[in-house]
Amino acid sequence: MAQEDTNVIDQPEVMKPRMVTIEIAGKKVEVPEGITVIKAMWYAGQEVVRGVGCLGGFCGACATYYRTKDDPKVRTCLACQTAVQDGMCFTMMPPFPARKATYDIQKLQDPKQDLFNFYPEAPLCRNCNACTEACPQQIDVREGVWKAVFGDFKSVSEMFMDCVMCGMCTPVCIADIAPNLVALYVSRAQGAHFTEKPVGLDTRIKEIQDGRFSDEWNRILKMSEKELADHCATVK
Amino acid sequence: MDIHALQQIVHKTRDARRQQTIPKFSSEDRDQLIHKYHPDYRASAYRPIRFGPNEGDKTVVELATLLEGDSPIQNNADLTPHYTTDVLVIGGGGAGCAAALHAHAAGSKTILATKLRLGDSNSVMAQGGMQISVAPEDSPVTHFLDTLKGGHMQNDHALLKVMVEDGPAIAKWLLELGVLFDRQADGNLHVKKGGGSSKPRLLTCSDYTGLEIMRVLKDEVINQKIQLLEFAAAIELLSDDSGACSGAIFKDLDNQRHVVVAAKSVILATGGIGRLHIQGFPTSNHYGATGDGLCLSYRMGAKLAHVDTFQYHPSGAVYPEQLIGALVTEGIRSEGGQLVNAKGERFVNELDTRDVVSSSIIRECEEGRGIRTMSGRVGVWLDTPLLDAEHGPGTVEKHFPAMMLQFERFGIDISKDPVLIYPTLHYQNGGVKIDTNSETNVKNLFVAGEASGGLHGRNRLMGNSLLDLMVFGKRSGLTAASRAGSIKQGRLTLNHLQQFREDATKHGNVSGVVSPMILPAYTRKVG
Ligand SMILES: Cc1cc2nc3c(=O)[nH]c(=O)nc-3n(C[C@H](O)[C@H](O)[C@H](O)COP(=O)(O)OP(=O)(O)OC[C@H]3O[C@@H](n4cnc5c(N)ncnc54)[C@H](O)[C@@H]3O)c2cc1C
Ligand code: SF4
Ligand code: SF4
Ligand code: FES
Repeated sequence: MAQEDTNVIDQPEVMKPRMVTIEIAGKKVEVPEGITVIKAMWYAGQEVVRGVGCLGGFCGACATYYRTKDDPKVRTCLACQTAVQDGMCFTMMPPFPARKATYDIQKLQDPKQDLFNFYPEAPLCRNCNACTEACPQQIDVREGVWKAVFGDFKSVSEMFMDCVMCGMCTPVCIADIAPNLVALYVSRAQGAHFTEKPVGLDTRIKEIQDGRFSDEWNRILKMSEKELADHCATVK
Repeated sequence: MDIHALQQIVHKTRDARRQQTIPKFSSEDRDQLIHKYHPDYRASAYRPIRFGPNEGDKTVVELATLLEGDSPIQNNADLTPHYTTDVLVIGGGGAGCAAALHAHAAGSKTILATKLRLGDSNSVMAQGGMQISVAPEDSPVTHFLDTLKGGHMQNDHALLKVMVEDGPAIAKWLLELGVLFDRQADGNLHVKKGGGSSKPRLLTCSDYTGLEIMRVLKDEVINQKIQLLEFAAAIELLSDDSGACSGAIFKDLDNQRHVVVAAKSVILATGGIGRLHIQGFPTSNHYGATGDGLCLSYRMGAKLAHVDTFQYHPSGAVYPEQLIGALVTEGIRSEGGQLVNAKGERFVNELDTRDVVSSSIIRECEEGRGIRTMSGRVGVWLDTPLLDAEHGPGTVEKHFPAMMLQFERFGIDISKDPVLIYPTLHYQNGGVKIDTNSETNVKNLFVAGEASGGLHGRNRLMGNSLLDLMVFGKRSGLTAASRAGSIKQGRLTLNHLQQFREDATKHGNVSGVVSPMILPAYTRKVG
């Protein structure tokens, strides 16, 4: 049966593909309007190895600085999630040499105090908000750093659930803080030390250890293919 | 027409649809539907593998060609090792990190080598959650039966039993490392219901489950100072005189040099195959999902299982063009999001298994009840605003922040506008055959995660992969480590390659490609 023509989405960009001029790390190239920054690089013939990961907006590998036509403001984006427009210029950000503290998360005695040993620069935040402006995930990074310092680990862990660890908040920090690494430590500490242990989980682990399901396993694993299929069909 | 005009049918029919219940298909109807519409049954896309351990078995042409491909390594290559280790883990996704952490914790010298950066993988993208039977009304046995039913009764029973029984302990391990799973008011783990499951069993971290788990595991790998080789792509395995695995050769992607690692055992955790774009499908997979592990183990004589079946996730984005193939999480359907054709009708129970839902979407589109975009793509609506209508305003934003953000970037507010979707190539159901310790038929060669096969049968239930990674990552890591003390480093040879080449020559060397692929060739093609 033919598709009714009324059910067609007309996308102007596909009907009349328009070429736009963009600048990749200083070099001008023509690419179709609306493709993502990463696809524009491929289109321009660049092989990208560093700077491409998940292609889905989750891994933070494609951290990119860009500027749009005539606007002096340098912005940040994830190259796999951002469409190019005429006059845009961009360049990928290499991994920034931030210092990551190493710790044994389970052995921490006083995680809230330990924060100041691992990241002594954290309390020096000067409230400039540059980190928040740099974050492509729209996290209120500055607020997060403050909350971490004031020991509100729970809020920090919720706020940074969207953090893809792209690191774009780090090079802009005038106090040399790596906010994402601070938040990562805080979130892990929140999970390992300040979150209730789920009782039901321990019960289930014990049930398995005590062989509570052994009889059922024995019965099932002895079934013929047909019996097992019939049995599966009864599970609702 | 304007997309907003076409979306009206979804808004107009919402109230009527909300009253409707759509029964699941009977098993005969399911079978018929799948045979007619599922891409796994498109005979023209398949051919038999010409030689090797799976000679005569059918798989998709794209994979068969790579499996029969030639190695980039010469038979007489210099095998002087650059590194020596007890356990070599190849792949830096969830399975690789879990394997490395457990091998390291068990006291083995461990190297983790990966193609891109640590963590750049499919694992980081998992949104829907991780199945573990923690609810009181649930049990590992029920988890087993649900999975078996979803897998068309073809799952390896031993692997499956181990997975469902190890699950709760895995949840505990992750919690101790600081993973923040969603909780109920009473502090217990919150569980959601996934497609094809009879009980709520999905542990989630909002819709960032994979990201949260990977942030923590990556951090832990670095904290434990496990030796890392990044931008190192495995291009050949090494075998000793007895045929056991004894290491691997990598290509350093920065300078193209070869790096030889001698190891007492090797754990391959190289993930799936989406970037082969089987049958021309778009994919939800990461840049490095090119099936390298299958080629490497196959050349070494490892047997593959179920490599004729793939998972096409029902909901890949079709619009806007920038998001083609990107995943629209199954969580939306779990919470009641309905699938709607161009006529404003529902056509399948949204919580049926993925193969059934995908097949039914393909049916709607092939029979002319889809919505087409000018770029020639076709899809059906997923009624996302329904969630706000059903559970209160703000539900979509609160439960699916990642998806909201993804579409917002292109001016689409999914809490107000339905999204257009079509199946996307998502998962490799089969892979290298393993035993319950994750070992292949090649001694000291372990395979964990998506690269392995057998566990999921012919169709994987949502959320079972994250558990698979952790369980078999752990088992491979522990088994490899426990062996390290008692075995000697095997000789480094390419005997298996010589054998493979002889086989290939006998069969006319028809493939004509070099494998593994390493990265897809998108340059200039704009994929
Ligand atoms: C978008 C998306 C959403 C998903 N959602 C869910 C979900 O909600 N729940 C669920 O259970 N499952 C989900 N899955 C499936 C699941 O995430 C994957 O199956 C799983 O993460 C695979 O893990 P892995 O460790 O085996 O492979 P990956 O995580 O893909 O890791 C493979 C690693 O191997 C590396 N590698 C590949 N080739 C080589 C080579 N030659 N040399 C060196 N390294 C190499 C890669 O770079 C990568 O680091 C989802 C998958 C996708 C794509
Ligand atoms: S908080 Fe920092 S690292 Fe995280 S997403 Fe925002 S800019 Fe990137
Ligand atoms: S950039 Fe640094 S100093 Fe400025 S607000 Fe952020 S953390 Fe504070
Ligand atoms: S490639 Fe992973 S976020 Fe862009």
